[in-house]
Amino acid sequence: MDTLGIFLVLMLLGFFAGSYIEKKHFEDLHDREYRTRQLTIVNIGAKTPIPEADRAKLFVGSVVISSDYFKTFVASWINVFGGRIGVFETLVERGRREALLRMKEEALKWGARQIVNVRLETAELSGHTPGGLVSVEIIAYGTGVQ
Amino acid sequence: MNDRPALSRSNRMLLTTLEGVPGRKIVKHLGLVQGSTVRAKNIGRDITAGLKNLVGGELKGYTELLQEARDEATQRMMQEASKMGANAIVNIRFATSSLTQGAAELFVYGTAVQID
Repeated sequence: MDTLGIFLVLMLLGFFAGSYIEKKHFEDLHDREYRTRQLTIVNIGAKTPIPEADRAKLFVGSVVISSDYFKTFVASWINVFGGRIGVFETLVERGRREALLRMKEEALKWGARQIVNVRLETAELSGHTPGGLVSVEIIAYGTGVQ
Repeated sequence: MNDRPALSRSNRMLLTTLEGVPGRKIVKHLGLVQGSTVRAKNIGRDITAGLKNLVGGELKGYTELLQEARDEATQRMMQEASKMGANAIVNIRFATSSLTQGAAELFVYGTAVQID
């Protein structure tokens, strides 16, 4: 009975606090993306000439983002039946946008007018323990040019 | 203004994810350089992360930890490159892998080059 109580409390906490944090984060992302919109990101191939610029510098933005108790539980159930895990899709989306934004903000401070050849990398940090921490690290890096 | 301001700081290594350095010519390719570091998380950060895992969101402790580790890996790569006599590293790529539950390897590699 007690364990069920604790479980319910954690579920509710995860659900309400988790969705609140997620909602706030999405609003924040939207704002910051709007503010950094003048900085364009371009990925070029080997056949494209390297852009003319005076200076170039490497910029890295990274974020470690974790799931909440509710999401972890829902995902573990979906894992049984298979299918899309929507709760984790928003999680990695948030992480990716955050990492890109951090890179852009740093580049803007330096005075970049464009970021070239951006790469995104995702790494799972939690290992493979069932019911353990679910967290991913997402990094975005690229060359800022002036 | 100087048309090539970065040239004056010759002791600085130029890092890019491009196959060259904008505005410069590559004189010599010196080969692949790499830097890596394996970091373990610490218990204090693990506990706060465990609590944070209930409500979700960013794990700031881990973000910082991995950032420091990545800087260290980059430093090592730059040291290797400067030993070869390079003044820039092009085509840089980062990679992360979790070796065990508590440790992550951060890895960075690129091509050391000499630019004019």
